[in-house]
Amino acid sequence: MKYERHMRAAACVNAAIGLTLTVACTSARADNWWSSVAQYRSDIVYQSIQMMEMVAIAGVLAIVVAVPVGIYMSRPSQRHGAAVVMQTLNVGQAVPKLALLALAMSVMGIGRVPAIFGLWVATLLPIALNTYEGLRAVPRALIEAATGMGMTPLQILWRVELPNALYVIFAGIRTALAITVGTAPLAFLIGGGGLGELIFTGIDLNDFTMLLAGAIPTALLAIFTDVFVGQVQRGLVSRGVNPQS
Amino acid sequence: MIKLSNVTKRYGGTSGPVVDGINMEVGAGEICVLLGPSGCGKTTTLKMINRLIQPTSGKIFLEGKDTDEFDVVELRRRIGYVIQQIGLFPNMTVEENICVVPQLLGWDKAKARRRAAELLEIVALDPGVFLARYPKDLSGGQAQRVGVARALATDPAVMLMDEPFGAIDPINRELIQDEFLRIQRQVKKTIVFVSHDIDEAVKMADKIAIFRAGQLEQFDTPDNILARPASPFIAGFVGTDRALKRLRLVRARDALSACGCSVRVGESSARARAVLAEHGADQIVLLDAADKPQGYFTAAQLHALDGVLTSAHAFRIQNTANPGDDLRAVVSSMFASGASWLPTVDDDGRFVGYVSQAHIVELLRVPAVEQT
Repeated sequence: MKYERHMRAAACVNAAIGLTLTVACTSARADNWWSSVAQYRSDIVYQSIQMMEMVAIAGVLAIVVAVPVGIYMSRPSQRHGAAVVMQTLNVGQAVPKLALLALAMSVMGIGRVPAIFGLWVATLLPIALNTYEGLRAVPRALIEAATGMGMTPLQILWRVELPNALYVIFAGIRTALAITVGTAPLAFLIGGGGLGELIFTGIDLNDFTMLLAGAIPTALLAIFTDVFVGQVQRGLVSRGVNPQS
Repeated sequence: MIKLSNVTKRYGGTSGPVVDGINMEVGAGEICVLLGPSGCGKTTTLKMINRLIQPTSGKIFLEGKDTDEFDVVELRRRIGYVIQQIGLFPNMTVEENICVVPQLLGWDKAKARRRAAELLEIVALDPGVFLARYPKDLSGGQAQRVGVARALATDPAVMLMDEPFGAIDPINRELIQDEFLRIQRQVKKTIVFVSHDIDEAVKMADKIAIFRAGQLEQFDTPDNILARPASPFIAGFVGTDRALKRLRLVRARDALSACGCSVRVGESSARARAVLAEHGADQIVLLDAADKPQGYFTAAQLHALDGVLTSAHAFRIQNTANPGDDLRAVVSSMFASGASWLPTVDDDGRFVGYVSQAHIVELLRVPAVEQT
């Protein structure tokens, strides 16, 4: 009995020492990595800004175009055409983002503009789809009540349909922008710059640190974008519609 | 107030009209229930009044004016509208929901908000608690009250209600119907109300319009519909227990008989026998000085008794009715206590008369010549 307890205590001590060592080693290695990644700091800052500019331009243009398209397609007068258009968009979403950028390059040449164009197209689809689906999911009863109360179709759209679809529309914008940030490094391949420069050069040179210097900020930016849009969503969507509050 | 003249609705594809040549008139302050099985055209008829559906032919008049002459949006803003799903806007608070139409009509904000608080008081919800709530935080019954409050916001003379209590469980439905009738006594709106529930119709309506396959089969008071159904279809629709349903339409105060048939404590047995004979009743109630019933005597018992009557000799009274009770409740408590009559006492406990089974039967009897 006593022996057994002793053994158990010893095992515990061993485990504790092992854990401490592992943690110490890992943190030492992490320190190492961090300092080697940090040498790319000025590249990271410059390329991040360059990349986020592209994302922002593509994103804003996509919202400006896709939301009205989604609204237009959801109008009862478009019922027949809308299904076809939305199906086409769905298929379009299956096109790989890299292929999209390659196509943009082959038509528009090299540089920022075709990169932004490619990102714009990629962002467009989820936003248009969610706007359309969000508006279609607004219960018929609400629209009937609004009509019966004497609202004009435009008032119904602004005061009833859009506010109630806003959560779903924002969900689309959130997904779309996160995907766009994740896709943006590919812009480097067609001369658009951005963090892809560190990532792809890192791959080519077999330089793991350089690759991480591009990949980690890209991941962080995608998360940051998602959190940021999430905050905007919380701010703009009525508490009565937000399922999380 | 609302007059439908030869109103017909026909959809392009279907063979027959969904609503066929309806003529009816709803007076100011009346509740008119459109009743019938699903697909009979009652909802279509309702929606033609605020032009959510445009009639194929015929005219509808609101306060004497052809509804086609109104601007459609203006017409709808003049008419309160409540639907079964209630249709509160989830993105708006209760207050914002109620203020929708006032806002559309350009009321100033402070006035609209005062009105919202006032309306919540009317529908018995505490404004302090409910104004800021969102519809998702309301129970079904609360949401329904808010729906009614919203329809009342601009104090429209006319309200259209499409199965407003259909989605509420039976217990709460009774409560909210009572509540609604209370509100109606206060606001006196002209209401057209769609229902498929005969009990609800009998309870709420001043007039019932029964529809069948687009036709108006009978348009009459609830009592006449139950007592004198115009066709076998209506007789079937209102149910074989329609005579019992009529009980609900009569209050105990309107079914009293033998009101003077009572003696006071201290009066003689001989006097009691004389009073009994005068009223031709089988029993007599013993009252104290404050007119409160102390017990009763039957005719047989009085013959055996002599001298002064006291409550010690009397049978105990098991149950009493209130003049405001409907006969259904009264008959139900008669059955429960095995009595063939109940003394009726007012709110202060004073005896006002009898309700007897024999008299109820007489009251509800439809003269044989009228029966087909």
